[in-house]
Amino acid sequence: MHELSLIANLFEILEEKAAEKEAKRILSVKLQVGLLSGAVPELLKTSFDIYKKDTIAAEAELEIIEVPFKVECNVCQTQMIKDDLVAVCDACGSIDLKTLQGTDLFLLKMDVEI
Amino acid sequence: MIKKEVLVLKDLLGSNKAVAKEIREQLSARGILVLNLISSPGAGKTSLLEALADLLRPEFSMAVIEGDIETERDAERIRAKGIPAWQITTGGACHLEAKMIGKLSPEIPEGLDFLFIENVGNLVCPASFDLGETIRCVLLSTPEGDDKPKKYPQVFNSSHCLLLTKTDLVPPLPFDIELARSEALEINPGLQTFALSSVSGAGMREFADYLIASLHKLRQDHA
Ligand SMILES: Nc1nc2c(ncn2[C@@H]2O[C@H](COP(=O)(O)OP(=O)(O)OP(=O)(O)O)[C@@H](O)[C@H]2O)c(=O)[nH]1
Ligand SMILES: [Mg+2]
Ligand SMILES: [Zn+2]
Repeated sequence: MHELSLIANLFEILEEKAAEKEAKRILSVKLQVGLLSGAVPELLKTSFDIYKKDTIAAEAELEIIEVPFKVECNVCQTQMIKDDLVAVCDACGSIDLKTLQGTDLFLLKMDVEI
Repeated sequence: MIKKEVLVLKDLLGSNKAVAKEIREQLSARGILVLNLISSPGAGKTSLLEALADLLRPEFSMAVIEGDIETERDAERIRAKGIPAWQITTGGACHLEAKMIGKLSPEIPEGLDFLFIENVGNLVCPASFDLGETIRCVLLSTPEGDDKPKKYPQVFNSSHCLLLTKTDLVPPLPFDIELARSEALEINPGLQTFALSSVSGAGMREFADYLIASLHKLRQDHA
């Protein structure tokens, strides 16, 4: 359950950005969560709701966009979506693949009241 | 009320990654090889370090950072071997983070060869946190079962080497070493794999030689 640490990092970024924009409060937050990022969207939501109390985002909604795990074959350049981390190209069988998306966690945007 | 949309696009692990990068650059420049050991509780991380001490020293020096939720016990085991050890107790957190290592880095002695970081026993959460290591090792012990790589893929995917530990227990344990190895390689074809036992000593020399070769390579790259 490292989601609470991730949410703590999120709040550091939120508070910094809110101060920069001189926001009165944060209304909503949008995250992009890779399906193979190792973080569970439900646990991120629960952690967010625990953490937000008494912060500038106390009433904010967390929206999560889940992104699939996508790779590109370095041999035949085929791009494909994978359900798991097994590293074999569907087209040519090569094991030389590079990750395009689906393993990261990004704060995309927030709506604030100014 | 004036509502405004603020675009951010920031990695939630960005601050951890930045600290980890700094640690890796500093310690690599000092010629220290840093290893991050990850496994479920009890897979044999501390026992491995105790056994390695006898193979690496006196020719090479080592130090250990121990991460645990509670107690100083693992650090005491390491100190009992005459090896400097720092204990980080996370007080509940299921993983170490780079800033915890960063706080200790001024205390790391000059001329050290190997710095081992024993992560909190957990096969899931530590995988997301770079600690500034040059080599990440995942340990899988034979009593846990040979099906674990596919069930916990992140940590196998992000590691450089896989240690199948407690091989002295096979048989009677029905652990298929080749199956575990091949399924881990399907997830991460670049994994270096070792099968070893801290109790019988089997496979330990080969792993120690890999560490020594990795240390030489690090120093060549940073010469
Ligand atoms: N048979 C056998 N037992 C082992 C081996 N390595 C460790 N053990 C035993 O496994 C148990 C756990 O070993 P530790 O080295 O404490 O494991 P750990 O991964 O450091 O545990 P945590 O720090 O609590 O996560 C101990 O009872 C060890 O004696 C091995 O190679 N063979
Ligand atoms: Mg231990
Ligand atoms: Zn291909």
